[in-house]
Amino acid sequence: MSTTTNTATKPPAQPPVVKTYSDYGRPLWRRILLTREMAIVALLVAVLVVASIQLPRFATPLTMTNLLLDVTPILLISLTMAPIMITGDIDLSVGSMVGLSSVVVGLLTHSGWSIPSAGLVAILVGAVGGVVNGLLVTRFGLPALAVTIGTLALYRGLAIGLLGTTAITGFPRYWTQLAKSKIGDTGVPAVMILFAVLLAVFVVILHFTSFGRGVYAIGLSKDAAAFSGIHVARTRVILFVLSGAMSALAGVFYTLRFTSSRGDNATGLELAVIAAVVLGGVSVFGGRGALHGVVAGVLLIGALSNALRLAGVTSDVINIITGVLLVGSVIAGSLLQWIQSRRVRPATTAASA
Amino acid sequence: MTHGTLRTGLRAASAVAALSLLLAAGCSSSTATSGTSSASKKANLAITFLPKNLGNAYFDTSDKGGKKAIDELGGTYAEVGPAAAAPDAQVQYINTLTQQGVGGIDVSANDKAAICSALQDAMTAGVKVVTYDSDTNPECRNLFINQATADGIAKVEVDMIAKQINDTGEIAILSASANATNQNAWIDLMKTQLASSHPNIKLVDVVYGNDDDQTSFDKTAGLLSAHPNLKGIISPTTVGITAAARYLSTSSAKGKVMLTGLGTPNQMRQYVKDGTVTAFALWNPADLGYLAAYATAALIKGDITGKTGDTFTAGTLGKFTVGANNTVLLGDPYQFTKDNIDQFNF
Amino acid sequence: MNSAASRVLGVLRSREMGILLAFLLVVVLGTLKNPSFVFSKDGWHDLLITPSILLVVAVGQAIVIITRNVDLSVGSMLGLTAYLAGTIFVKYPSIPWQLVFLIGLAFGGFLGLINGALVGYGKVPAMVITLGTLYAYRGINVAWTGSNRINADQIPQGLQAVGNNSILGIPILTIIALVILLVAAWYMRNMRSGREMYAIGSDPDAAELYGLAKRRRVITAFVVSGAMSGLAGVLYTARYATINSQAGYGFELDAIGAAVIGGVAIVGGSGTVVGAAIGAFLLYTINRALPVIGIPDFWQKAVVGALILGAIVLDRVLAVRQSRKLRETKVETTNETKEVAA
Repeated sequence: MSTTTNTATKPPAQPPVVKTYSDYGRPLWRRILLTREMAIVALLVAVLVVASIQLPRFATPLTMTNLLLDVTPILLISLTMAPIMITGDIDLSVGSMVGLSSVVVGLLTHSGWSIPSAGLVAILVGAVGGVVNGLLVTRFGLPALAVTIGTLALYRGLAIGLLGTTAITGFPRYWTQLAKSKIGDTGVPAVMILFAVLLAVFVVILHFTSFGRGVYAIGLSKDAAAFSGIHVARTRVILFVLSGAMSALAGVFYTLRFTSSRGDNATGLELAVIAAVVLGGVSVFGGRGALHGVVAGVLLIGALSNALRLAGVTSDVINIITGVLLVGSVIAGSLLQWIQSRRVRPATTAASA
Repeated sequence: MTHGTLRTGLRAASAVAALSLLLAAGCSSSTATSGTSSASKKANLAITFLPKNLGNAYFDTSDKGGKKAIDELGGTYAEVGPAAAAPDAQVQYINTLTQQGVGGIDVSANDKAAICSALQDAMTAGVKVVTYDSDTNPECRNLFINQATADGIAKVEVDMIAKQINDTGEIAILSASANATNQNAWIDLMKTQLASSHPNIKLVDVVYGNDDDQTSFDKTAGLLSAHPNLKGIISPTTVGITAAARYLSTSSAKGKVMLTGLGTPNQMRQYVKDGTVTAFALWNPADLGYLAAYATAALIKGDITGKTGDTFTAGTLGKFTVGANNTVLLGDPYQFTKDNIDQFNF
Repeated sequence: MNSAASRVLGVLRSREMGILLAFLLVVVLGTLKNPSFVFSKDGWHDLLITPSILLVVAVGQAIVIITRNVDLSVGSMLGLTAYLAGTIFVKYPSIPWQLVFLIGLAFGGFLGLINGALVGYGKVPAMVITLGTLYAYRGINVAWTGSNRINADQIPQGLQAVGNNSILGIPILTIIALVILLVAAWYMRNMRSGREMYAIGSDPDAAELYGLAKRRRVITAFVVSGAMSGLAGVLYTARYATINSQAGYGFELDAIGAAVIGGVAIVGGSGTVVGAAIGAFLLYTINRALPVIGIPDFWQKAVVGALILGAIVLDRVLAVRQSRKLRETKVETTNETKEVAA
């Protein structure tokens, strides 16, 4: 809405016409660079640089391989966790779905199925789990936190119940080697290609389609989104289904990488995913967040853990740092908001910096 | 949300400063030496012990034995491990050790296949891999240091419980984690021996305490309530037998349900003295760790390659020969009773 | 007062009583299969004592959930306090264990205060804050413990007796838990600050507009939850007497599950600590009864998950029915008023 001047009566010395969308009131470079997500990216770069300088063995292909293989499940699941949290929901059952999918893969391969077909069935199971989550949340109007706490226990219980306390450890060598294989000599695992493809898909979906705009709209206000014609329930269910399927895919990878299918695989993974996603700038209240921040958040925690472990710092300190980082980053956001609200705002029509 | 340039810059700068301090502190406490490839002139005697989990009395003793050996050899000792006995946790440690370029890893495996590819990566990078106490698949390690033959361990426990319950009745087994290679080997042999030599003893249940004290404690309670006619419990894990003994000693089953298995004298002393347990077995875990360290050093120095028939000297323990399947045997299990338990301190 | 009493009875009939009946059903099933499940000294002892530690934590968790928050860090707080208690006994072997109880309560309350302050002042959802403190406290615990472990011979016999003995057939731990439950239940029902917590959970904005000290109540709720976790840590030391860095790992899900199954709505504003206590008993008794009935105990978690889902669906159905009933009474009253006015 730009102000128009009446040519008949021209008032003297009008201030210049400016757009009043604060989103577009700043130059492009500022909009891209001065965001919460970029702060995390900057932090990630800083960690990588400092670690490479301080630890002679950090900047090696082996490190990159270990780091990326370690965080691959979290990277994959964060792609779907981010949109869910942007809509204001949450999915705590992802770790249990990884375990359940791992058990499904193990049981099927044990009875003679091939890995690709077992993997497909596992992803299907994940999708079904997502449908259960989505229906309970939309049809019954239950809070996602409660539903996914219940399905966390249920899916984990099914995984442990199906397999008991044993583990299945014989997998075709071709596939387990493929899961850990690298691209040439670079040390980058081949599974990163899969991740890159999925990342591109989700970036397009979230940031360049109307479905993605709908996701943000739902997070900002469900009612407003519904009145704007967005099919809120269908969107939420789709996101839960995607989350279940993606967790199952991560479970297939996890099983092949560790060559071990156990009922208690990936216990606690959901917390790591949420911590990384929140660190990456997604607001728990919904409506805000971007995928580049999320990826940076996951890599940041992964790089920190790897560097500290290499330096001989024990893994518990890494947990303390993760916890403090998580709390600090969300508090910092609140704090900045509070500081800004205390500043006296000049009453002009021009967009202020 | 808008952020001021200054604020974002300040945040990034302070984060970098904090991280540099943190990493500097971390570096100064680093225990890994700067061992290069195994082709270096001086043998890289940085050996790290990776037990099933930390906070376990049995591994405390064994790894201390390893430390003693490494000190005698002039190497560098380190011990790392997960807090809970899970195989995937061990994988991360193995990867880090490979990255750090240690000379040798001595590991007690939580699962015989899950840590295999990480160990193979380590071996490809020149690290010598020796398993002790609990083995992996043979292609993932250079040597396995076995405390006693699996047969011998199973037999001594079965014989003890048979004697304690007069060769008749129901028994159960309280094991560690369901995947631990050594546990499964012993349990299978126990089942065979029970079937062939003790037809009047019936094994009614096998439960898993995961080498966690609280879980083992609660599982013992569960066993007693689910099987009212239980006469004996075998617990071939030091954490399990201690927890079970503690439960039994304050319950009405004390003296009625017999308990035996593998335990350390220090942890079991009060229960032997108060009558909850009459006899249990073990070997000297310190000797096990000692032997493992010497074997690893011999591999690193190139004295042996790990194939059957190789011989090496393990300090004060004497000469050892590598047996079939690249295994080195420590000795025989030893029975502890209230008559001899005070002679030991581990 | 009569209508209030009948209303109270009606609430009991729909929720807490239902859970209690479910609990009794499980006990009966277990006893039918194996009479010593209950009718033996050990069976009775285990029936009462095993859920007692969870009960204490579930009470604190229920209070937090009632205010429309959640405390994910209770397991880590329990573990940290348990290790602290153990370390105190190792350093000062002759310290009276009653003092350690108080230290545990105070330390837990302090940890809870950190949670509460961050939630109250930070305007960040409790889930995120307590997720962070879950990591941080557990990390501190593991870093402090290293590869140490506190053994049973380092814990004074007096405390272990408290953890394992009974008075008049009821385990001391259960008595302690029941006392805590009674105090908490009375507070939440009769004290104004307790009722205000319900209000804050029902509708935080309305509560704030009404002038309730929302921040103070929320912080209090977290302090109570922390103190309960701290006390549970000392009780853990008394009962198990062997502490490593993993004590209490994963306990928070049991606590939330117990509260939810016991009728505490996750959106806040309803439910009672008595319900959470019965939920704790139900949860752990099912765990113990499954192997007796013959279901392998690794199906426990699935059963628990199904129960939690069932409980929240039931909650929702009941809440919808209740609001419909309220709307209908309102319409009736309005119609009556209209008739009278007309």
